[in-house]
Amino acid sequence: MKILKSVVLLAVIGLATAFTLKTNEGGYKIGDSIDDFSLMNIDDEMVSLSDYKDAKGFIVVFTCNTCPYSIANEARIIALDKKYKKTGFPVIAINPNDPVAVPGDSFEKMKDRGQEKGFTFPYLLDVGQKIYPKFGATKTPEVYIVTQSNLKVKYIGAIDNSSRDASAVTEKYVENALDALLAGKKIEKTTTRAIGCSIKVQ
Amino acid sequence: MKLKSIFLCLIFLGLISCKKGAVEKGKIKIDTSHITVKSYSYNELKPLLEKKNDSIYVINFWATWCAPCVKELPAFEKLNKEYASKKVTVLLVSLDFPKQVEKKLIPFIARKNVRSKVILLDDINEDVWIKAIDSSWSGAIPATIIYNKESRKFYEKTLDYETLEKELQTFLK
Repeated sequence: MKILKSVVLLAVIGLATAFTLKTNEGGYKIGDSIDDFSLMNIDDEMVSLSDYKDAKGFIVVFTCNTCPYSIANEARIIALDKKYKKTGFPVIAINPNDPVAVPGDSFEKMKDRGQEKGFTFPYLLDVGQKIYPKFGATKTPEVYIVTQSNLKVKYIGAIDNSSRDASAVTEKYVENALDALLAGKKIEKTTTRAIGCSIKVQ
Repeated sequence: MKLKSIFLCLIFLGLISCKKGAVEKGKIKIDTSHITVKSYSYNELKPLLEKKNDSIYVINFWATWCAPCVKELPAFEKLNKEYASKKVTVLLVSLDFPKQVEKKLIPFIARKNVRSKVILLDDINEDVWIKAIDSSWSGAIPATIIYNKESRKFYEKTLDYETLEKELQTFLK
């Protein structure tokens, strides 16, 4: 009986946790300042946003190896880094998935992917899954644009309006937001949504 | 002599296993010609999300590449079967890549013998329809709607059969 009780209790806690992690209430909202983090990059060096002394801001992308929507967006993420790193907005990619839950998203596999695709940006593993809940990220891929000096969130959402088919894109949300920021203009769409893979926990 | 028999036996066994393999291979080749998946834009899908009749509709957003979706699919299939007589209809809205319908989605339906109706939602304006389907939906799948003409509930999480049935009961009252 006691065991049964514990099992039920554990199940309830498990369910409650799964639910809390999935809703993005409590996550960063537009205008919030994010906390800096320190995560391991695929080159085995720790990366923090404060390492980038000259950056005007960051394109933080939650992505992973295994989600087909992430894979469909990979080339677009590389292109964003190429285009905007030189303007002061580098891409910082973070894999939020638990590597035990998804072996294809292990640190070793991340290294392989980075090399294979020639990632020009850090690809960090959210060890212990402490960072993505702070952001309130719920899926991959998901983009947060933050600006210096206070790491303020300026944009949350999709890369563009056609996640499944790059050739059908008619509106580039992230580029539009960055162009507005660089021109000192107001961002037209600060939050957008797209289909993605739920973040995997154990 | 004994050795020869053993050898013969081995060959025989080899033949059997080969034959078995061929049969299994044959089994994998399932006829999919009777399966079609209709593609919907959001505007075409919308009426299916707001029907006003005596039925209860369970709409599940999923994809063949989404592991938790595939895992919970049997629960929806079971619900569809068990509650068909109680005017409960399950609709599986696939978010597979439109280019993979023939290659992945249809073979999956055949392999798993999916009985609930499957349609494809192919509409690039995700930012518009995700919010329209439910203001709380972040866009992660699996996601599920249960509705009837009076009320509507949305779930952005995995549902097992027990939970699904419990949630459905609140509509059956």
